[in-house]
Amino acid sequence: MKRFKALLLAGVLTLSMVLGACGSGSGSGGGNDSKASGGNDSNKVIKVGVVNNPPSESGYREANVKDMEAVFSKANGYDLKTSYSLKNDDQLQAAQGFITEGVDYLLISAAETTGWDEVLNKAKEAGIKVYLFDRMIDVDESLYEAAVVSDMSKEGETAVNWLLEQKLPEYNVIHIQGAMGSDAQIGRTGALDAQFASGKMKKVVQQTATWDEAEAKKIVESVINSGEDFNVIYAENDGMAKGAVAALDEHGITHGVNGKVIVMGFDCNKWALRELKAGAWNYDGQCSPFQAQIISDLIKGVTKASSKKIINEEKGFDAKTLTDDDINTYGLGE
Amino acid sequence: MDNKSKKVFGLNLGQLTIPIIAICLLVIFNLIRDPGFFAIEITHNNDGNAVLAGNLISIINAASELAILAIGMTLVTAACGGQDISVGAAAAIAGSTFVKILKTPETINGWTVLLAFLCACIVAMIFGSFNGTLVAVFKIQPMIATLILYTCGRSIAYWINGGATPTVESPIIKAIGSNIPGMPIPTPVLIVIGVAILFKLLFHFTSLELFTQSVGINGSAARLNGINSTFIKLLSFIILGVCVAFSGCIGVSRLGLINHETLLLDVEMDTILAVAIGGNSLGGGKFKISGSIIGAYVIQMLTITLYAMKVSSTDVKAYKAIVIVLLVVIGSPVIKAKFAKLMSRVKMNQTRVSTKGAE
Repeated sequence: MKRFKALLLAGVLTLSMVLGACGSGSGSGGGNDSKASGGNDSNKVIKVGVVNNPPSESGYREANVKDMEAVFSKANGYDLKTSYSLKNDDQLQAAQGFITEGVDYLLISAAETTGWDEVLNKAKEAGIKVYLFDRMIDVDESLYEAAVVSDMSKEGETAVNWLLEQKLPEYNVIHIQGAMGSDAQIGRTGALDAQFASGKMKKVVQQTATWDEAEAKKIVESVINSGEDFNVIYAENDGMAKGAVAALDEHGITHGVNGKVIVMGFDCNKWALRELKAGAWNYDGQCSPFQAQIISDLIKGVTKASSKKIINEEKGFDAKTLTDDDINTYGLGE
Repeated sequence: MDNKSKKVFGLNLGQLTIPIIAICLLVIFNLIRDPGFFAIEITHNNDGNAVLAGNLISIINAASELAILAIGMTLVTAACGGQDISVGAAAAIAGSTFVKILKTPETINGWTVLLAFLCACIVAMIFGSFNGTLVAVFKIQPMIATLILYTCGRSIAYWINGGATPTVESPIIKAIGSNIPGMPIPTPVLIVIGVAILFKLLFHFTSLELFTQSVGINGSAARLNGINSTFIKLLSFIILGVCVAFSGCIGVSRLGLINHETLLLDVEMDTILAVAIGGNSLGGGKFKISGSIIGAYVIQMLTITLYAMKVSSTDVKAYKAIVIVLLVVIGSPVIKAKFAKLMSRVKMNQTRVSTKGAE
């Protein structure tokens, strides 16, 4: 029995060591590779360390990571080192590692807004320039060069302005919200709420589906069953817009271009843009994951930052003007 | 004896009293609020098929996944005296498998769908037996055992999906998710009826119901009587796995899209609630599947009622909670005993009055 226990213990120990080694191995693996390949090339190569969330987080992050890798490529004169984690502690450690390795620029999309003071101060001492992307951090502005972020409330405004441009005789809106309190929900709700308050648009129903497609379908169904009139569906992401459209289809209500109901979604998934192209939907708002080019331009001095906070320009796509190129360039996922 | 006297008053619903009262109250409340609430009409969907529409249809249709899960959950509850909280996550895995297989060939035909469903079934049964082994063999508390899959299930679904939210377009999938052409009743409702009949037959031709109850009431006594309680517990989880596969595939088919994060989100709590509202003891033992199914419709009717009343987004859950607290308290043994006492006192008074009148 004792022997068995000892064996078991030994087994667990080896396993944990192997796992630990794997963990740290994968963390620094990317860095080592690029170091080896980039070192002998020329001394003009710009070393960039990116601390990001893992691509598995969402379709948005996947596109974001791909964009970073495409822009900060060897062909463009960069030596890219990356580290992905959802945990702030891991991210801090990775940033520390990049500073020790001696990168020229540090790009950060933080998991949490706090705890970054020390690391960023060290970066400053080492003369490393820091850019934030996608997410802000709670530190003094002097610690970073610029932050390239999305403005969620601007996304809402762009969408609502597009809706106003359609010059409908009346606006009876079903508003399907995301998870209450999330950045995207607050931003995308704000502009529409203003229209409801001013009386330009009529709120038929405003309800949260917590990003759940099936729940969105139920909400629209309950409005259809009540017999109330509506001609706009404003869903705060693509999935919920799809759920809403399923309810319309089942009840024989036409939608999209030349349809009775205008359908609006957000996030620009490729499948959603295809719905747009087919004329089943009318509008899709973008939450752009493409910050790499802006940062690259800043690093190479092509553009100068006008302020510390740079708002990433975002598009809204109209079904009537959408092209296949747009789908390939701006669509997320497959 | 007691039962007979109750039957005379037409009140012998037994365990089903609470769910039936609940559903009646909701119906009456809605009829007062809006007399046309349950009106059913025939409309034509965008494919030109005649379909039934109305709040009642929406409720019965939308509760399909929940009803099927509640059936399986009742068995697990009865046999193990605990609940599986991983059904939502497992359904996401089953749904992802379903879509993965559907997307493998170029075109989707009936056989592909059947194959995809069978694969989803097998995967869900494997995960079910994983839970079942932990509970039945290793004697881990069901909630703790299933917490593992609850935590990692949606990540597994994510791996299967390859990180995206894949969509499937096919007339067959659309037929499963909404209506078969020429059939006005929504397909998910038909599937629920099918599954319910399947269970009815299962209980009729096997002793599963009896065995499950005896294992749930007293596992060691059951074992002494020659019932393999470990196997019965494991089997209940595997059967729940089949139910999970059904629900996951219906959920996916409704929209032709799998989102591992939101497919049947929070359904595990609703399922447990449906079992509880159905008058089943969450501590195991005797059970009634029909109670759980009615429980599922009660929950869905509540949701649709709140939507129809346009309760604001932030308040929906609070209102839902209030109604549920009321239902559960009314169904509690303490209140039931008090009520029975009250009834008998009223009856005694009545007899006293009538005898006095005779004098």
